Amino acid sequence: MDPVISVRDLWKVFGPNASQLVASDELKALSRQELMDRTGSVAAVRGVDFDVAPGEMFVVMGLSGSGKSTLVRCLTRLVEPTAGTIMFEGENILEADPKRLRDLRRNKFSMVFQHFGLLPHRTVADNVGYGLEIRGVPRAKRAERSQEVIDLVGLSGNEKSYPDQLSGGMQQRVGLARALAGDPDVLFFDEPFSALDPLIRRDMQSEVIRLHREVGKTMVFITHDLSEALKLGDRILIMRDGKVVQVGTGDELVGAPADDYVRDFVRDVPKSHVLTLKWIMRPPRPDDDLDGPELSPETVVREAVRSVLGADKPVKVVRDGELLGVVADEEILGVVAGEA
Amino acid sequence: MVAVAAPRQLPRKPLIFAGIVLAWLVLWLVFRNVGTLALGAADLTPLHRWVNDVNDAVGASRNSNPVFLYFFNEIRLVIDEFVTFIQALIAQPSFGRPVPVIGWLGVVAIAGFVSLAVAGWRVALLAVAGFVFLGLQGLWQESMDTLSLTLAAVVISLLIGIPLGIWAGLSDRAHRILTPVLDFMQTMPTFVYLAPLTLFFLIGPASATIATLIYAAPPAIRITAHAIRTVPRTTVEASESLGATQKQTLVKVLLPSARKTIVLGINQTIMAALSMVTIAALIDAPGLGKTVVKALQTLDVGTAFNAGLAIVVLAIVLDRVTTAAASERRTLPRWALFGGLGVTGVCVYLSYTYLWAAEFQSDVEIGSAIRKGATAVTEWAQDSLPVITDGFKDFVTIVLINPLQALLAESPWFLVALVIVALSFMIGGVRPAIVSAVCIAALIATGLWQDSMITLASTLVATILVMLLGIVVGVWMGRSRRADRFIRPILDAAQVMPAFVYLVPFLALFSASRFTAIIAAVVFAAPVAIKIIADGIRAVSPATVEASTALGSSSWQTIVKVQLPMARGALTLAANQGLIYVLSMVVVGGLVGAGALGYDVVAGFSQGQLYGKGLAAGVAIVVLGVMLDRLTQAAAKRWTN
Repeated sequence: MDPVISVRDLWKVFGPNASQLVASDELKALSRQELMDRTGSVAAVRGVDFDVAPGEMFVVMGLSGSGKSTLVRCLTRLVEPTAGTIMFEGENILEADPKRLRDLRRNKFSMVFQHFGLLPHRTVADNVGYGLEIRGVPRAKRAERSQEVIDLVGLSGNEKSYPDQLSGGMQQRVGLARALAGDPDVLFFDEPFSALDPLIRRDMQSEVIRLHREVGKTMVFITHDLSEALKLGDRILIMRDGKVVQVGTGDELVGAPADDYVRDFVRDVPKSHVLTLKWIMRPPRPDDDLDGPELSPETVVREAVRSVLGADKPVKVVRDGELLGVVADEEILGVVAGEA
Repeated sequence: MVAVAAPRQLPRKPLIFAGIVLAWLVLWLVFRNVGTLALGAADLTPLHRWVNDVNDAVGASRNSNPVFLYFFNEIRLVIDEFVTFIQALIAQPSFGRPVPVIGWLGVVAIAGFVSLAVAGWRVALLAVAGFVFLGLQGLWQESMDTLSLTLAAVVISLLIGIPLGIWAGLSDRAHRILTPVLDFMQTMPTFVYLAPLTLFFLIGPASATIATLIYAAPPAIRITAHAIRTVPRTTVEASESLGATQKQTLVKVLLPSARKTIVLGINQTIMAALSMVTIAALIDAPGLGKTVVKALQTLDVGTAFNAGLAIVVLAIVLDRVTTAAASERRTLPRWALFGGLGVTGVCVYLSYTYLWAAEFQSDVEIGSAIRKGATAVTEWAQDSLPVITDGFKDFVTIVLINPLQALLAESPWFLVALVIVALSFMIGGVRPAIVSAVCIAALIATGLWQDSMITLASTLVATILVMLLGIVVGVWMGRSRRADRFIRPILDAAQVMPAFVYLVPFLALFSASRFTAIIAAVVFAAPVAIKIIADGIRAVSPATVEASTALGSSSWQTIVKVQLPMARGALTLAANQGLIYVLSMVVVGGLVGAGALGYDVVAGFSQGQLYGKGLAAGVAIVVLGVMLDRLTQAAAKRWTN
């Protein structure tokens, strides 16, 4: 399937003469600090490539200053990229004129912000309907659609409240509803739950997973929280100093970290929750009994513990009838004990 | 200022500082009364005469010179028309009628209804009571004249200020251009532009309105820009991310989000306009200010107090209405809206048709009672309080004012100049020293060197008193929430009062003297300084204070070793603002015997042959202001880094 979003060699440099900087291969090769020292410019995003598939939940993860928020703003041109291409449904949005860009923003993508960005002088319903209002949707239709998404995000009964009368979690539901109201193809989330307390955050994460299942939209989700990334992401892009370090599924990051930075990052992740059998299986040895139970290579270790420890023979890892390897007590205990 | 300027970090500086002062004292003894550049009260310099000639020439060509014919006169006419129109509505007999179009009943009803709509019924009640009280004081027409001028100035200020504010809020470049201009307009003592304005627009309502405009528009511009700028970045981004055009974002996001703050700006503009309109009485603006000025000139404390009270009442009503309008969302129920409109309409009609509703007449003459009461209290105070008040007055006069004035005004000019430049260099380095030297040269050029030094002495004394008061009360407020809650409203009220009003009670207590003017300036400037210091003390990190307490510091040690040093930025800012506020009261002080520059300005307004001298005195005050402002800012920079 063709990707919805395809980013190639994307650069964002803040500072004087930014466009000349990215034209120079010599300067592009410098590290962030060297570039800062030599030119006084800050390269927030440096040569980023990635694709997002339709319906995918794509997570960009990085610590503060890694350039992730700038990256997501580049995707909607809230921040103007310095160089590169961003193909959105086959159209390079860097070439869109202001009018086309507004059309895209009105119809194709929308964004949820860390600090909500609600309008304090409008009720919940009017906040949710704001995007429709600026498109020129008539009042009655606006009210109808707003009500739909308000119900969808679980805000029913709060339509007439003002944002300052709601808790943080509820306010972010308003932000979510506002983003959904225009029925966009892609939703961008800029650390939407970082400002919320842990319990509410967990609720909201489940809410996003539910919505992703129900509305099936493509989502690009920015976070600094690895467990959030692992929980939500179909695939995760790890950023450091403006560069992509690794792109992959959660178990790929944990099972095969691209470098020490990622390894260090995922060290404390409970591996049994993330790794699947394919990461821990070993080739069968001559002395193995091969008539034990069978499991799929995509089974998460945690769910395989009981079967493997319960069986007196090694468990066979099988895909489409083909024996890929075996997992015995030793491998399972290696993962579970390694977490302690 | 001098007290603040002594830098703490470099241990040798106090010695040099003491050395300079000592040398000054010794040389003062030697050169006393030599080269003081004194100028008699009626004496003029060639510069003053030249300004008089220019004034005459401008007066003669007012109706022939095209610049006047097609520019200044046009502006004057338009503004005059506007003011006259509002006056015709509510204040002055008009359209061949013996009374204004809308009589007192109509005005009271409109005031009540507008207050009800924007501020709720409590404030509406206050507004109605306040306006009726103005009538009972026997000052209805004067009050309406003041209100007319204020309204005219406010409307024009907002018409200019809000669009400019929006522009400065949206564009960084506009913000960069406007900020220094606004700084200058606001730091310049208000009455200083009164004289030049009369040159172009004659005395009367037009000049008064323009002067008020210059004073009242900056807060509207500044606060509007600030309101737009402080709308959270995310909110604007959210709107953009949904595909809003710039205009949509402005109209639907920025302006509504900024509304409350903008209304606060309108409040500031109204209060500034009201206080300036009363001062504009000096250039013949009609209204309550004129009553106060006349009464002050004849030392009629009763009448001055009555009119001063009316100004305060007007100020309180306008302040409460606009403050309440900024604080809450409010929608009037439909029945109240239409009912209120109906009642107001009937009242306006009655006041248009019947004399009893048009002209305020009452058997209850509160005004004369207030006048008599105030006069009686004054006489009593003058008879019985001098034991205390005179003691205080003499103490400050002998210990502070006289020595400082003698030192500054009786030293030869070159000695003072040398000392000031040396101190400037010590405080801030080369640039402040150059600024001071240029300012000194300008003061000498105005021909009013000695008067400037006398004014400088009074200003310094007043600022020292302001800082003493500010530190004591400010530290108290900064450390105690309860004190803050209790004192802050009083300070707010004091800031709302027009400058003139302060003079009245002090005039009664201390009679016309330099001291009275100084005390009035202190009362005027202290609230700002106290608030700045209190906020500075409060802003000191609680963790640091806690750490100091945990180490066993006494309260006194915590104040002196932790809170005051850490709040030194606030202290220098307070000194800076205190100076500017004190300086802006110099002319008002001139009305009650401050003499020197203040008197020169006041005399310049009233006597044609002193016009040039008055203008020069105005310039001298600005020059003093610039010099002191730069010096304190340099001190602040040096001290906080």
